[in-house]
Amino acid sequence: MVKEVERAGIPVVHICTVTPISMTVGANRIVPAIAIPHPLGNPKLSMAEEKEIRTKIVETSLQALATPVDGQTIFEVKY
Amino acid sequence: MLKILHYINQFYGGIGGEEHAGHLPEMREGAVGPGTAFAAAFGADATITHTIICGDSYFGENLEEAKKTILEMVRGVKPDLFLAGPAFNAGRYGVACGTICDAVKEELGIPVLTGMYIENPGAEMFVDKMHIVSTKDSAVGMRDAVPKMAKLALKLARGENIGASIEEGYMPGYMRVNFFEEKRGSERAVDMLLAKMKKEPFTTEFPMPDFDRVEALPPVLDISKAKIALVTSGGIVPKGNPDRIEASSASKYGEYDIAGVDDLTEATYETAHGGYDPTYANVDSDRVLPVDVLREMENAGKIGSLHNKFYTTTGNGTAVKSSAAFAIEFAAKLKNDGVDAVILTST
Repeated sequence: MVKEVERAGIPVVHICTVTPISMTVGANRIVPAIAIPHPLGNPKLSMAEEKEIRTKIVETSLQALATPVDGQTIFEVKY
Repeated sequence: MLKILHYINQFYGGIGGEEHAGHLPEMREGAVGPGTAFAAAFGADATITHTIICGDSYFGENLEEAKKTILEMVRGVKPDLFLAGPAFNAGRYGVACGTICDAVKEELGIPVLTGMYIENPGAEMFVDKMHIVSTKDSAVGMRDAVPKMAKLALKLARGENIGASIEEGYMPGYMRVNFFEEKRGSERAVDMLLAKMKKEPFTTEFPMPDFDRVEALPPVLDISKAKIALVTSGGIVPKGNPDRIEASSASKYGEYDIAGVDDLTEATYETAHGGYDPTYANVDSDRVLPVDVLREMENAGKIGSLHNKFYTTTGNGTAVKSSAAFAIEFAAKLKNDGVDAVILTST
């Protein structure tokens, strides 16, 4: 899906936990997530803390979309 | 008698489904689950002395730790062959089988074998590193996979010569093996040509490699003016799954309106995905599809706007062909709606 969105001319960022799969699939902008069943959350934290990490992941993703890339690039989230 | 160590996931290990996908690696004596079918196929030639069971999510999320623990277990057993799976089209399981086989082979020098479906991401990742038997896409193919894998496993464990992929049933791409065809090349080529002209099926001897890569697009110049859309393979749907998107091997995607939605709640959204523990997504679907955060950013002027529709399907066991077809369709809609960029989340 990532590839077809990009092929259609819309820049796309892939947020996922198992980044090697994303590399194999062919995403160009990749942001690592927290865990498979809750990529943008962490049930061990409070709802407010969870939202904070979710915001950081989304902010990193937006930065990734605004960054020129030369080939597949993983953008680490700074927590 | 040859000693074989078998690696399986929590599901085949009988521990449980997705709610147990975080299961830490454990080793048991003897054969478990599909191992009993392998044991029957090995007969008196080999025995499965131990089985390692590990949760798929645990492996995927803790690659280095999982590898270390499992290598330690394998080192203690010193098997003649390390067997993993078969994983069919289970993505995390296939990647785990490939990863651990690669580590056992490289670090311990023990022969390895796994099996999976050709579209499993683990196949593309590891096809050039080990023998991977080509299986069907679901456990229905177990009966077909076991004899093929067992036969090749015995040969590998004994250090025998391995024939070409077409003879042994593993995926081509690992080792080049010469063998004599019964018919010479000119005859085979003419046969193929005749079959092609008669529109009959034929198998090429030199499939063209599939380098399907899409070049990265230039970045979005001003995020604060961009219209951002959300897409997910994590199966987030309105509560009740109105379009009945399948829990696995999805045949469709959903398009849902989120105009005016500030937060995905337990009462309004859930996941239809059958390939991960749904507990966390069902309690708060923002954990998969971050509508809450993007709505706040929209209100704060950090992004231009959040597109009023999101697109969703379940990514587990879904054929690459289907997901590509879904995306071609909804990407055209996104383009028409003037979307500047997409955030795609996967579980």
